Amino acid sequence: MIDFLTLLQVLDSSLRLATPLLLVCLAGLFSERAGIFDIGLEGKLLAAAFVSAAFAAITGSVWLGLLAGILASIMLSLLHGLASITLRGDQIISGVAINFLAAGLTVVIAQDLFGQGGRTPPLKSGGRFEPINFPGATSSKEINDAGPLMQLYSELFSGHSLLVYVALLTVPLSWFILYKTRYGLRLRAVGENPAAVDTAGISVVGLRYSAVIIGGILCGIAGAYIATSLQANFTKDMSAGRGFIALAALIFAKWRPWYALSACLLFGFFFAVDTRFQNILLPAWSLSGFLILIALGLMSYIWRKDYLDKVVLGGLALGISTIALMIVFSVWNTGASSQIKIPVVFIQSLPYVLTVVVLAGFVGKAIPPRAGGQPYVKER
Amino acid sequence: MDIMPRWVDIIIVPLLSLFLAAFLSALLIIAIGESPIAALNLMIEGTLLRSAGWGYMLYYTTNFIFTGLAVSVAFHAALFNIGGEGQAMIGGLGVALVCLFIPWPHWTLAIVGASIGAALFGMIWAGLPAYLQAKRGSHIVITTIMFNFIAAGVLNFFLVDVLKPKGSMDPASANFPSTTHLPTFQDLASLFGFEKAFRSAPANVSFFIALLACIAVWYLIWRSPLGYEIRALGKSGPAARYAGVRPVKIIMIAMMISGALCGMMAINTTQGESERLILNFTEGAGFIGIAVALMGRSHPLGVLLAALLFGFLYQGGAELALWTKIPRELIVVIQALVILFTGALSLMVRAPLERFFMSVQKAKE
Repeated sequence: MIDFLTLLQVLDSSLRLATPLLLVCLAGLFSERAGIFDIGLEGKLLAAAFVSAAFAAITGSVWLGLLAGILASIMLSLLHGLASITLRGDQIISGVAINFLAAGLTVVIAQDLFGQGGRTPPLKSGGRFEPINFPGATSSKEINDAGPLMQLYSELFSGHSLLVYVALLTVPLSWFILYKTRYGLRLRAVGENPAAVDTAGISVVGLRYSAVIIGGILCGIAGAYIATSLQANFTKDMSAGRGFIALAALIFAKWRPWYALSACLLFGFFFAVDTRFQNILLPAWSLSGFLILIALGLMSYIWRKDYLDKVVLGGLALGISTIALMIVFSVWNTGASSQIKIPVVFIQSLPYVLTVVVLAGFVGKAIPPRAGGQPYVKER
Repeated sequence: MDIMPRWVDIIIVPLLSLFLAAFLSALLIIAIGESPIAALNLMIEGTLLRSAGWGYMLYYTTNFIFTGLAVSVAFHAALFNIGGEGQAMIGGLGVALVCLFIPWPHWTLAIVGASIGAALFGMIWAGLPAYLQAKRGSHIVITTIMFNFIAAGVLNFFLVDVLKPKGSMDPASANFPSTTHLPTFQDLASLFGFEKAFRSAPANVSFFIALLACIAVWYLIWRSPLGYEIRALGKSGPAARYAGVRPVKIIMIAMMISGALCGMMAINTTQGESERLILNFTEGAGFIGIAVALMGRSHPLGVLLAALLFGFLYQGGAELALWTKIPRELIVVIQALVILFTGALSLMVRAPLERFFMSVQKAKE
């Protein structure tokens, strides 16, 4: 069994890893709630990370870095807006292009400015967001001897960068804006039925632009966080798919702010577990039992369904039960240990698998905003 | 509808988009203190003026033909297959299993087996998102993105825990037996007495399979009833349904063909080049397929030409990275701009052209 302090440390790093996910997830929330799909979150995150690190490295001020990162992210948001709102282009394609644009430009410019193979130099103390220690929190040296409450206070609540607290505050703020203000009502309406909003004499284009700009600001903060707080410089492709995980979290959260917080914390927890523990052992019998249960569930679901369901889900059930049998077999063969090592890649893939399950709608169906992905044409 | 003559739509619009992308890239090259003309010269010199350059270019082109065709087939059914990367990875797994565990007597048989393995694995990997789209209404873009990441996990698991030979530190499978090795262009040229042509370039016979795939896709989309149904569904779902097209079936088939094509990319990279299964062998080709399909207007001939262009850019980009201080990622920027102008901002390119042709028409009347 792991002790309380280890658990706290894992939760602490979950929070830190969840922060960029949360900000990007909320960025996607505003954008998609207004009916603009945003595959380009990843690109905005990466661009903001680079620009903030570069500005922080050159000026030595992390605040200028943050500001520049936000501006860079807003620029890409406006490009997305131009393509998908004004020019009524394909939102998915625009997002894909923005991802590539960021992936390419950051390295090209970083190489030109710093000549370190697409990195920025390490940031000095003024160029970083330092951890904020709450009053009375014990230092990391003495934490082993402190009482559990003190450990909780010092390890989990205190000692994060300012942006972590900002991200956490963004959740109630987003909830308030979306559900308690007139602007939020209109924003949600424009994602469901833009024609109705237009008929009421409110600008669809204006609302959608405002939503993507809010998304840009949030992605900008997230980018600055990963480059100036989570790490202390920019490295090539440092966003590492976080934009897509945030997108997954957004679906997992069914496009709602508080759910987004829990989804991002859950995904952050997966990453924290994955970095902290190299070998995750699970009891083989219960694991294979669980897999067989899923397979049986699928089989019973397809009983009265049509041919295609039977082939696809039946095949899936067959695959899952084969894995279960292989686990049983390997334990049987080796005899002694009834624990089985879970490869880390499966923990890493868990967010994506869970998202697909939620998307499939077998467990709590996720229904996107109705007008999402469609450009609004007035004359229709 | 047809304001512009067809040739403008097919030729001028992509060329104009390409010109815009090239212009912005040239500005970027100037901004980092290099000469765009010199860069272009270097790219042409390293790619088109040497047979080895051609060998590298056609190697990249082979990948992009497969993924470009894959994205095109899905586009025709109004589906956006962004999961080419994952389907190619799983296709590579299929190639590796076929090459490692079946004793092939000769490469001619091995390539058939590997193609089937790659196509089958890619097909299955595209089939699940297709099923979720067709029967459960889950957005195919999101599910295929998720499946890309899951595929990366699966590939990693197989390379680290299953296929890695004992005692090896590299996350890679064992080398394929020599009977499965595909002849490269160098081998083919030596047959005709040109020993020095295509030296050490990775292009191999799978290029010809890619060309065959172009013809097959052309036949499928424009000459077969199935292709007609795919296009009908892509143009208008309700109309196709009214005409008796079954959307579930067509979505499944279109996506599975798309997945099979992406999977077959792996015969070029895995069986043809590395001759073992490695991590990251796809090198983003699944995503470049999107740019290729957009640029090639989802037509096999257009895809072939666009794939050649991107092959040129990739090989040229490697030359630039070697001889100048322009990093390889410049190509990624060009790729982004091409996607932007041919896809998302296409109205910006088309609107002025349409206005021009409108005024020409009015002047005629």
